[in-house]
Amino acid sequence: MTTFTTTATIRRRSNWLLTALLLAGSFVILVPLYLTIVTALKTPAEMRTNLWGLPTVWHWENLATAVSVTDFPRALANSAFVTILTVVLTVLSNSLVGYAIARNMHKRSFKFLFFYFVSALFIPFPIIMLPLVKQMSILHLDNLIGLVVMYVVFNLAFNVLLYTGYLQTIPKELEEAAKIDGAGVWTTYWRVIFPLLMPVNATVAILTALGTWNDFLGPLVILSDDSSYTLPLVQYAFQSQFSTNYNLAFASYLLALAPMLIIYLIAQRWIVGGIVQGALK
Amino acid sequence: MTRKSFMKRTAAPFYWIAIPAAILFFAFHTFPALQGFFYSLTNSRGYGTFDFVGLQNYIDLFSDPSILNSYAFTFKFAIVSTIAVNALSLLLALGLTANIRLRGFLRSVYFLPAVLAVVVVSFVANFVFSTALPAVGQATGVEALSTNILGSQSLAWIGIVLVTVWQGCAVTTVIYMSGLQTVPEELLEAATIDGANGWQRFWSITFRLIAPFVTVNVILSFKGFLMIFDQIIALTGGGPGTSTQSISFLIYRNGFTAGEFGYQSANAVIYFIVIAALSLVQLRLLRQREVSA
Repeated sequence: MTTFTTTATIRRRSNWLLTALLLAGSFVILVPLYLTIVTALKTPAEMRTNLWGLPTVWHWENLATAVSVTDFPRALANSAFVTILTVVLTVLSNSLVGYAIARNMHKRSFKFLFFYFVSALFIPFPIIMLPLVKQMSILHLDNLIGLVVMYVVFNLAFNVLLYTGYLQTIPKELEEAAKIDGAGVWTTYWRVIFPLLMPVNATVAILTALGTWNDFLGPLVILSDDSSYTLPLVQYAFQSQFSTNYNLAFASYLLALAPMLIIYLIAQRWIVGGIVQGALK
Repeated sequence: MTRKSFMKRTAAPFYWIAIPAAILFFAFHTFPALQGFFYSLTNSRGYGTFDFVGLQNYIDLFSDPSILNSYAFTFKFAIVSTIAVNALSLLLALGLTANIRLRGFLRSVYFLPAVLAVVVVSFVANFVFSTALPAVGQATGVEALSTNILGSQSLAWIGIVLVTVWQGCAVTTVIYMSGLQTVPEELLEAATIDGANGWQRFWSITFRLIAPFVTVNVILSFKGFLMIFDQIIALTGGGPGTSTQSISFLIYRNGFTAGEFGYQSANAVIYFIVIAALSLVQLRLLRQREVSA
C-alpha cells in the first residue's frame, strides 16, 4: 500500500529541471533554422550591422530572386518526379520480390537470391559509383529516369530484408484459401497479401521518400544535364553564383528545405514512426 | 492433384518476379561492382585506352600520403562522431522519456534535423562557422570563437563532427527511446525500493537491457560515418589543404575529375573490404546477442 502512494507521487511530479535543460538544448537545433530564415530575408548591407537580429526590413523579394536564379520550380519538379516515381515503383516492385522470396525460401535458388540482394547492404556506393556512371551514360540513363531505376534496384537490398521479415507473420492459410477459391498468384498477391502489407509499405514509402528527396551523391554523379538537377544538387551547383551573397544563397536554402519542413510539421508521427520501424529491422 | 504438382503449378509467376529482379540487380549493381574490381587492376583514366597494371595500384595506395591521410581522417572522424552521437543520443533519449513537460514539442524539435538534406544543412553550417560565430566571438571578445574553425588544418574536422552530431542525434535518439520503452517499469521501481539510486538503476538495469540497441546503433553509426560525403563537399571541400578529405570524397573527386579512375577503383575495393569486414563483425555480434538473450 505504501509502495503505491510513493510511485504515484513520483509520477505526478514533473521534472522541471530536465525540461529546462532540454529546452535549452533545443536552441541548438532552432538557432541555425532561425539564422537561415532571417539571413534569407536581409540585404548584404544589413548583414554587416545586424547579423543575428531580426531583419529591419523583411525582404521577401529575396525568395522571388532565388526562385528565378536557381530555377526553383524546375528543381522542385525534378525532386518531386524522382521521389514520387521511386517511392511508387519501390513499394510495388520490392514488395513483390520480397513476397516471391519469402514464399520460396525452401528452394535453394530463392534462398540464394535473398542473400544475394541483402549482401548489397555491405557494399558501399563508391565502389559501384565510378563504373556505374559510365554505364548509365552509355545506356542513355544519365538522367532522372536512370536515377529512379538505380534507386528502385538498390532499394531491393534493404526492402527484401524488411518484407521477408514481415511476411513471416502472415499465415500461409490466407493464400491457400485464396488458391482454393481459384485465385492465381497475382490475384492472391494484389487482393490478399498487398493490403496486409500496408504497415511495412508505409514504412518503406516514408524511408524511401526521405532518402530519395535528400540524396545528393546519386544525382551528383548520375545526372549530366543541369536542367535535370534535383533540389540538393542545385544548391551545390549554384555555389559559385551565390559567392558571398549569403542572402540569396540562404533564400535558396530556405526554399530547398521548406518542402520537407512543411511535410514534417504535418506528418510528424508518420515520419518518425516509419524511421523507427525501419531502423529497428 | 498431388502436393508436388500443386507447388510446381504455382511456381511460374514467382519466377517471373524473381528473375527480372535478379537481372536488373545484376545489371545495375553487381556488374558495376565487378567492373570496379576490374578497373582497379588498370591505369584507366575513365575514358580512352588503358593498360593492365596488376596489383600496382594497390601497392601505390599503401604509400600514398593523401590516401593514408583520408583513411586516418575518416576513421578519426567516425570514431569520435560515433561516441559523441551515441552518448548524446542516449542522454537525450533518457531525458525525452522522463517525466518532463512540453514532451511533444521537445521531441518534435530534436527529431527535426533528420528530415533536412545533409548537404543543405552543411552549407548553412559553413556560414555559421565562417561568419556568424566569428561575429559573436569578436563582439564578445572570445578568442576561440573569433576565427573560422573550418579554416584550420588541425581543427576543421571538429567543425565537421559538430555538424554531423547536430543531425546524427535525431534518428539515434528515437531508436534509444524505443529501446528505453522496453525496460519494464516494475524493475526500476523494485530497484528504487531496494535503495538503488539513479546511477545504479541506470547501469545495472537500463543499460543492460538496452545493450542490443546500443550495439546496433554504434555499428550502424560507425559504418554510416565512414561513408561521410555530403558534409565534406559543403563544409570544406576536403580542405584546408587535404586535411578533411574523406575516403568517399577522395574516390569521387580524384576518380572523376583527376582522371584517377583505375587508381581510385583500387581505393574503392579496399574501402569495400573494410566496410564488409565491419558488417560481418556486426552480424557476429548480433548473432551472439541473440543466442545469449
